[in-house]
Amino acid sequence: MNTAALLDYDEAIERFDPVLGLEVHVELGTATKMFCPCPTEFGAPPNTQVCPVCLALPGAMPTINRTAVEYAIRIGLALNCTIAPWCQFARKNYFYPDMPKNFQTSQYDDPIASNGYLDVQVDGETVRVEIERAHMEEDTGKSTHVGGATGRIHGAEFSLLDYNRAGVPLVEIVTKPIVGTKASAPQVARAYVTALRDLLKSLDVSDVRMDQGSLRCDANVSLTPAGNPVFGTRTETKNVNSLRSVERAIRYEITRQAAVLLDGGRITQETRHFDEASGTTSSGRSKETAEDYRYFPEPDLVPVAPDADWVEQIRAALPELPWLRRDRLQAEWGFTDLEMRDLVAADAVGLLAAAPVALIWYQPSGPFGHMLKAVLFGGELGSGGIGFAWPLAPWVGIFLLGSLVGQMLARMRTGGMTADELAGRLRRAGLWLMALGLVLNGAYKVFQLAGGALDPRVFDAVYPSRTTSLLPIYLAVLLWIFSFYVTVIDGRGRYGRAAWALSVFGRTSLFTYVTQFVFAHSVPGLLGVRWRIGAEGFVLLLAFALPASWALSYAYGRWRGWIAPHDYALLRGTTAPRGAV
Amino acid sequence: MSADLTRQTAATLADMIASGEVSSREVTQAHLDRIAAVDGSVHAFLHVSGELALAQADAVDRAIAAGDGPGAGAGVGAAGAPLSPLAGVPLALKDIVVQRGVPTTAGSKILEGWRPPYDATVTTRLLDAGVVILGKTNLDEFAMGSSTENSAYGPTRNPWDLSRIPGGSGGGSAAALAAFEAPLAIGTDTGGSIRQPAAVTGTVGTKPTYGGVSRYGVIALASSLDQVGPCARTVLDTALLHEVIAGHDPRDSTSIPSPVPSVVQAVRRGQTDGIAGLRVGVVKQLRGEGYQPGVLASFDAAVATLTAAGAEIVEVDCPHFQYALAAYYLILPSECSSNLARFDAMRYGLRVGDNGIASAEEVMSKTRGQGFGAEVKRRIILGTYALSAGYFDAYYGSAQKVRTLIRRDFENAFQSADVLISPSSPVTAFPIGEKVNDPMAMYLNDLATIPGSLAGIPAMSVPSGIATDTGLPVGLQIMGPALGEEQIYRVAAAFESAYLAEHSALVPDRAPELEVVAK
Amino acid sequence: MTRPTLTRDDVAHLAHLARLELTEQELDTYVGQLSVILDSVATVSAVAGDSEVEPTSHAVPLTNVYRDDVVRPGLSREDALASAPAAEDGRFRVPQILGEEQ
Repeated sequence: MNTAALLDYDEAIERFDPVLGLEVHVELGTATKMFCPCPTEFGAPPNTQVCPVCLALPGAMPTINRTAVEYAIRIGLALNCTIAPWCQFARKNYFYPDMPKNFQTSQYDDPIASNGYLDVQVDGETVRVEIERAHMEEDTGKSTHVGGATGRIHGAEFSLLDYNRAGVPLVEIVTKPIVGTKASAPQVARAYVTALRDLLKSLDVSDVRMDQGSLRCDANVSLTPAGNPVFGTRTETKNVNSLRSVERAIRYEITRQAAVLLDGGRITQETRHFDEASGTTSSGRSKETAEDYRYFPEPDLVPVAPDADWVEQIRAALPELPWLRRDRLQAEWGFTDLEMRDLVAADAVGLLAAAPVALIWYQPSGPFGHMLKAVLFGGELGSGGIGFAWPLAPWVGIFLLGSLVGQMLARMRTGGMTADELAGRLRRAGLWLMALGLVLNGAYKVFQLAGGALDPRVFDAVYPSRTTSLLPIYLAVLLWIFSFYVTVIDGRGRYGRAAWALSVFGRTSLFTYVTQFVFAHSVPGLLGVRWRIGAEGFVLLLAFALPASWALSYAYGRWRGWIAPHDYALLRGTTAPRGAV
Repeated sequence: MSADLTRQTAATLADMIASGEVSSREVTQAHLDRIAAVDGSVHAFLHVSGELALAQADAVDRAIAAGDGPGAGAGVGAAGAPLSPLAGVPLALKDIVVQRGVPTTAGSKILEGWRPPYDATVTTRLLDAGVVILGKTNLDEFAMGSSTENSAYGPTRNPWDLSRIPGGSGGGSAAALAAFEAPLAIGTDTGGSIRQPAAVTGTVGTKPTYGGVSRYGVIALASSLDQVGPCARTVLDTALLHEVIAGHDPRDSTSIPSPVPSVVQAVRRGQTDGIAGLRVGVVKQLRGEGYQPGVLASFDAAVATLTAAGAEIVEVDCPHFQYALAAYYLILPSECSSNLARFDAMRYGLRVGDNGIASAEEVMSKTRGQGFGAEVKRRIILGTYALSAGYFDAYYGSAQKVRTLIRRDFENAFQSADVLISPSSPVTAFPIGEKVNDPMAMYLNDLATIPGSLAGIPAMSVPSGIATDTGLPVGLQIMGPALGEEQIYRVAAAFESAYLAEHSALVPDRAPELEVVAK
Repeated sequence: MTRPTLTRDDVAHLAHLARLELTEQELDTYVGQLSVILDSVATVSAVAGDSEVEPTSHAVPLTNVYRDDVVRPGLSREDALASAPAAEDGRFRVPQILGEEQ
């Protein structure tokens, strides 16, 4: 039907309430097909993974893949469904060349799982999507249409069929009608499919690649006048191949249907096809009467009655489900809901879960917090935001550098080192630091490339912060710059005071950093304690770290002989070192 | 000699081959010669695997020469392994069972020329046992019929009277036995397709307990009813064949995990010990109206024979049997309408109307319209109707409930009887063409056999004699409880022995001589 | 339950559902024959229509018959395509498909 000017989405939503129904098909990652022992590898040459059963040769008979049933139960449990104590397969009869038997062995009256739910996060709100059922069925073969203008079915001259995919196990997950979403219907749908995808991935039952077709979504949309409880006629949109398409397709359908209804028209119950490029849906073959699938129980298979022990075994072996993990971490760390939400948005939950050592997780709250955050971190938190983010590193580098240079200069004053010697020392020190930095970074890169072969907890203990590995490099660069300055200055002593200032400041910050590092990253971790620190806590830590660093600086200075006993004045920076101008 | 060989029982031939008295090749050749001589008139075979059969026979002969001794158990091929009890004996295979590389048509044009790329489990078991498969026998198209007139390749004729039907759907197998073209045959029985032909040709045939023999590789008609079964001229031969083909198959999810029934032993017991004290139930509903007088008379004589052998005759009442035909002719078409959907001209078989313009749907419809015969099309339409939305509960759904009621009737009956008996077929062989245009009349041929099929219990037909009104064979149906094969074989063997004592020759040996014609 | 009369259109519709192209003559013949059959089989709904009896879908009382998830060799591509009415590029070649995937 020729849709005239489409409504503005907001207008459509104002006048109508959308009702959604999402059907998601998951291709299971089992080794063999649902009803025969053919392999399911993706990408094999056409018709090389077939047998009498999946080709539907006369006389062939199906056999049920136990692992596929296990995966289906896993999915049902993860979706909080009731697992049927008894279920059976049924034949769904229709003729289509990619369906060799011309019926699909599926489940009709008796699915393996039913009445569950999945909570999804949309704009900070939790929306509970109710699951009607999850059932087992088999995939079809793949047809390639040859000839014709668009390569789609219409106008094709002939088709070529590859049955490698025919019989691959599928689980179909059907939601109950999703109501009350109003304007956020497209986002809810997208969030649902995303959450479902993540869940299925964590269950290790499928590689859930929408682009490869191992996760497929059909979207059912209907509209009812705002406030009217009676559902309208729905359309089913297929070829929704990405998360973004889910959102776009539903959004389009809502506006299209609203336009039709406001025009006084009637929605035809039909299957529509989503076009990626234009973001629109178009009519498939319109069915005046719904297809009659003539379901009846599959007589070649006996019923599936998973015993309670097996189901419990599967339940016990489920990986920690995403929302349960979030709840647990939130409780352990004592985050507020808002903080947890930020963590989720930053995609940092995984890191949180994997870290065996304490993190300083700085989450600003209040204006002071934000200012402090901006000062220290220069803006947005990096991904993960563990420890101190990158922007702080140069600051620390300068402090460390200052400490080192100051001590060098002081030593020069007292120990008779020439400017050139100092410059040389600086350069050599820089070289060592650079080498260290490269080694650390190299190791970091290797770890990344190894695909996380190392236990992430080990990695986190060694590299609590990315900064650690970059630090030596920054230092090295700064040392080289200063060595240049030293040779230029030529020890005229003009910079004695500056050097002194730098050295105090540097030593202080060095030890501040070290103590923070030690106390925040390693000790609690070794003790098995997790820390989390807010803005106030951060300030407190600094307050604790500063005196500690002074103490360490003093001890170090005494040890090196730069400071006489009880020479606190120098330590506090209230007097200049001997010899300074 | 070769004429003698074709008159022997399979048991005798097996002994002769095992002892070296005769070679399997000789036996096979003798039967191939017999087929060449008479099949022109009988038309039991759709395909004769001359060379292949002889090659199989040679393999058996080699195994024997290599020193494999006689005995039960493993088949040919493993040096030193005991020879199977039927090694080297030829057999006719109903053309609904898949045999790799050999044309399998299911009696239909839609599979004309199709050579399967795999073997049915039954075929594998036969070949592993050294049985020589002579060829594929004629049948009603897709096993739908009671006369073999629905075959797309022309009817088979009853060797007792070539103007009459040999029964169906497995008329070819039964006729091959009756015409001494093979001592063994394999049939399939969905509603009587082994038992009814056995009855009208004077041979023996068994429908095992549902699930007792693998259906993998057997072209499906009605999945919840189909069973593969052994056919022969004597009860012992049938039992020997039964033990070769029966047993669990992991490829068939409906095959039962029970051990192979010891039917050969049961036969020996029946022959030597008789059936004194056994309770034999006569089903009230399976006699009377619709049954030919000659058939009933023969049945009564059989009852008398059994009584004389020591059986206790009781009458059992199975009130729901009157609905069995109706339930069957709803369940079968429903399941077959779905099972036959795969014949769509896309991957194998006939393709009609592919002119480059027609759509796949059109080619499918044209092919199926022309490739299927009338009976097949009728049942597909009937089944489609019975399953369709709005009618499912009234038809298919109700029929499945009637099935439960019939099962209960049997369960009750087996409380008071060890086995049940009835005539296998209400009539003796009728003339070709008499009923082919009257589907309902044709369906009535299965009156006695259908209840057993619906309940999934084992049932067999043994010749009860020759009808005095038509001079044609009559069959006695013996039914047992699920997994009760041993019981029914025992009764069948006892009856056969008693019959032999009374008449000095078994029914098959009393068949008229066939005119030997060059094929 | 009174069975509605099976009309010629009904038979034509059923034939279409079952992808059977029937001639006019066949349609005429079948309507008559099928009506007779339906009349006789309709008795089942009288007997069992509303009863509490469980339907028997499987004659065997088996459940939970499974196969291990282990690959077994199937057919070679040659065998698979050997009987194909038409094949191209290792695939089955079929006429143009007008309908929609389900």
